[in-house]
Amino acid sequence: MSLSTNHFEVFDLPISFDIDTEILAQRYRDSQRTVHPDKYANAPERDRRLAMQKATQINEAFQTLKKPLTRGLYLLQLQGIDTNDSNVAMDGEFLMEQMELREELASIKQQANPLDALSVFLNRIEQHQQHLTNTLSQQFAQKAYQSAHDNVRKFQFFIRLHEEALRLEEELI
Amino acid sequence: MALLQISEPGQSAAPHQHNLAAGIDLGTTNSLVASVRSGIAETLPDIEGHHLLPSIVYYSKNDIPVIGHAAKPFANINPLNTIASVKRFMGRGLKDVKTTGTRLPYDFVENEGQGMPMIRTVAGNKSPVQISADILTALKKRAEDTLGGELTGAVITVPAYFDDAQRQATKDAATLTGLKVLRLLNEPTAAAVAYGLDKGAEGIHAIYDLGGGTFDISILRLHHGVFEVMATAGDSALGGDDIDRVIAQWIMQQANIADDAEHHHIRELLDIARTAKETLTLQNIAPLDIQLDDAIKWQSELTREQLNELVDPLIQKTITPCRRAFRDAGLTVNDISEVVMVGGTTRMPRVREKVGEFFKRSPHVDIDPDKVVAIGAAIQADILAGNKPDDDMLLLDVIPLSLGIETMGGLVEKIVPRNTTIPVARAQEFTTFKDGQTAMSIHIVQGERELVLDCRSLARFELQGIPPMVAGAARIHVTYQVDADGLLSVVAKEETTGVHSEIIVKPSYGLQDNDIERMLKDSLEHAQEDVVARTLREQQVEADRVINALRAAVKADGHALLKHHEFLEINNALNELLRIKQDTDIKAIKKSIEHLDEITQSYAQRRMDSAIHHAMKGHRVDDFTENT
Repeated sequence: MSLSTNHFEVFDLPISFDIDTEILAQRYRDSQRTVHPDKYANAPERDRRLAMQKATQINEAFQTLKKPLTRGLYLLQLQGIDTNDSNVAMDGEFLMEQMELREELASIKQQANPLDALSVFLNRIEQHQQHLTNTLSQQFAQKAYQSAHDNVRKFQFFIRLHEEALRLEEELI
Repeated sequence: MALLQISEPGQSAAPHQHNLAAGIDLGTTNSLVASVRSGIAETLPDIEGHHLLPSIVYYSKNDIPVIGHAAKPFANINPLNTIASVKRFMGRGLKDVKTTGTRLPYDFVENEGQGMPMIRTVAGNKSPVQISADILTALKKRAEDTLGGELTGAVITVPAYFDDAQRQATKDAATLTGLKVLRLLNEPTAAAVAYGLDKGAEGIHAIYDLGGGTFDISILRLHHGVFEVMATAGDSALGGDDIDRVIAQWIMQQANIADDAEHHHIRELLDIARTAKETLTLQNIAPLDIQLDDAIKWQSELTREQLNELVDPLIQKTITPCRRAFRDAGLTVNDISEVVMVGGTTRMPRVREKVGEFFKRSPHVDIDPDKVVAIGAAIQADILAGNKPDDDMLLLDVIPLSLGIETMGGLVEKIVPRNTTIPVARAQEFTTFKDGQTAMSIHIVQGERELVLDCRSLARFELQGIPPMVAGAARIHVTYQVDADGLLSVVAKEETTGVHSEIIVKPSYGLQDNDIERMLKDSLEHAQEDVVARTLREQQVEADRVINALRAAVKADGHALLKHHEFLEINNALNELLRIKQDTDIKAIKKSIEHLDEITQSYAQRRMDSAIHHAMKGHRVDDFTENT
């Protein structure tokens, strides 16, 4: 396992959007049990450093693969697709929908029962994310990377919206 | 025969040897030391039978500092030289110091708001790190006297919500006492270890830890010996001290005591407040009899209802972080199997009531909330010291607060978000703003807010020697690495030209490495120990570590992983180190270790990879059996 080993190889998993998160979590724990710096507390300095590097890499790989959005992004990067290119136009209909959702979020504060309204809103965003996850699964299976990239971008919009909704929740509580 | 059992890389301690290790809870109000003896983790009492060591240090002109119970009586007589709750100043600035009334609690040395405040005492100016080191020295001595030998190392607990500056200050304090820190462990995680191992509990648990000066909430998943922290939140300046303060302030109002009352009066009032608070844990009414001097006399009582009213806003301040932790973990209250109460302040009936309401179940209080953290730390110290090579307990902790960098306009760009599992490394690229710019100022901050001003500043440094280029052409690669103690180091590199300008920074918030060195020298002179002798001993210990680890490794898998010529080369270097370490040449030992490190680098890599591979294979067999 060198530093260039890809995140799937770290856990000996096939490169795929569909992964068994149970197995992933299990292998994550097993590998951390082996290389976590705590297992090297008594070891020479060099080995402690090495253990920290490995444990860091394993954490990074696990965090990336655990969530559908970061997993999708990573798969696209493995395909050599530049996921940081922000000069890509989004489809108009989607942007309209996002604007409406944002307006709706902004109006929640004024509602009679804002926390309940927010909870309904959060549920809807989560459904959108679930739907995108299903679509991504199909598109990655068909190697339709361009369409997958579009949906990953949409996913990013929903994640940001979700974060904003949670910030509002923090304000309201 | 026994030696052959060492197969795990890194476990270099010989199995027959029991290394003395301790868990230390360095608390705001009280500190404890615990150790595993004959398989049982327990806190160690002093000769008078006290387990708790009050975190109070009394400084006098010529004598060594008085610590703990013996220091307590001086608090009212000589308040400016008797420092209590020093933990609240660790890694903090003067503006963070809370007061009862209008006076600062101690005589702080002006330092233009930079770094930690020093406290002026008759024994000289003392930094919070030195004062904490004095407390640690007392605990270390207690452990060594009780266990009958020198400690190989200790696990020291810190509030989970401590930021980098506070953690670093704690580690510095240990360095000053010559104590090897096996790990800085988060207090709620330590409690979970003590609790989880005791109960064999599985599932998701919330640890509510309200101590003397800090509050933490951690949500952990326990799964086959793995303690995975899913989220943590808290307030590193909220605890029993604040409750004492609101009671004392209430008394001052009721009794018409001036806001700028004398230091010793304030200390006495805080004492009375604490006693009343403790009385109201079991009683419904606490009598108050104030007689500060001839002019200030007042008699009354405090009822539990009045107390509840006073403390409710403070308890409410703990509930918001609880909500945040759930949100960050992506969980709700209903996902929790149990809530565990930790910290002396959770003895208050009102705290239990309110926490029970929020979590919709009555919290667990069955392990002594004062001792549970030290016990958990002792359990981990025992493992880290190498006494239990077969133990498969694993603690996966997180950083509590986001780490970021200042960008244009005083904004914070987050590099490592809060609640990321450690160790972690994250990199970000930056570029120059002006043509021909040859230096870049890097400002490291911690916190959740968007403006630099609202976050804690950890360190500033300058990356110099960037080759002059047009604006935007340079590629400055900044990497944040957080180790398993939750401590940050930052590396910045210019990459385009191949002229690597690199700097590594370990934020220390006001304490520079040479400060530490100086204080270390001072403290060693005090202990009449020679710095050179100590450095030599440390280097020899490291040499032994390298030799033992390598021997164990070669014995375990050298035949499979080493080529013949590699084996010979390693063998030669090993013999050389064995020879050189007998001598007193510190540099030569260091060089010999480095040489051995270099030629075994790839072997060490192969061993770790093989171990990981082995671990995954092992579980694949499990999967198979579980599924059939």
